[in-house]
Amino acid sequence: MTVGIVIVSHSPDVARGAADMVRQMVGDEVPLGFCGGNPDGGLGTSVEKILAAIDQAWSEDGVAILVDLGGAETNSEMAIEMLPDERQAKIVICNAPVVEGAVMAATEASGGGSLADVKRTAEELSAQ
Amino acid sequence: MSATVQDSVVITHDVGLHARPSVKLTKLAKGFAAAVEIAIAAEGPWIDAKSIVKVMAMKARQGATLHVRAMGADAQAAVEAVAGLVRRDFDEAGHGP
Repeated sequence: MTVGIVIVSHSPDVARGAADMVRQMVGDEVPLGFCGGNPDGGLGTSVEKILAAIDQAWSEDGVAILVDLGGAETNSEMAIEMLPDERQAKIVICNAPVVEGAVMAATEASGGGSLADVKRTAEELSAQ
Repeated sequence: MSATVQDSVVITHDVGLHARPSVKLTKLAKGFAAAVEIAIAAEGPWIDAKSIVKVMAMKARQGATLHVRAMGADAQAAVEAVAGLVRRDFDEAGHGP
C-alpha cells in the first residue's frame, strides 16, 4: 500500500491544478483525492467534499492532507472528527504549502514512505 | 557490507536538476536498498538522494557535475541507474521542469 494524499484548497482550480502536478510529476501510484470550493460553486471548502476526497484517496497506510488557508484546515479537522476512530488515527494534516507540499508528500509516498515520513517530508520544505 | 561505489556525470538537461527531474531522481534512488547520495562538488556536501526536499534544494544547474555515490548491497546498480538517468537528460530532453 501507498500513503494517500488529499489536497484541499478554497479554489477548485488550485486543487485540480495541484493534483495535476502530482499526477504528472510523481505518477499514478499514489492514491489521490482533491477538492475545492463551497457547495455553491464559489471559493471555499466543505466538510462533505473533504470527506469524499479522503474516501477517494483512502489507504490503510494512511492519508496525508494538504490544505491552503484557514477554513481548509478547520473543515479538514471537522471532516476527520466525523470519521470512525480507526480511520482518524490514520489521517494527518500537514503544515506545508499546498502545491509544493502535495508534490513532496506524494514523492515520499510513492517511495513507500510511512505516513510519518510523508508528513515530515512535506513539512521539511517549510523548514528549509 | 560492500564498498562505496561512486561516479560523476555532467548535467546536460537544459534546466538542470529542477522539479520534475528531482522527483524522478528521488523516486529512482528510493528503489534501492543502498544509501544513495549526490553532491555538486567531489568533496561534498553529500546529500541524501532519497530526500526530495534536499534534492530539489540543491538547484543543480545545466553544466554542473553531479557526483553520485552509494553504499550497500545494490550500490553498483544504484549508482549506474542514477547516473544513467542524468545522462539520459532524465528521459525528457528539451522539456522544461
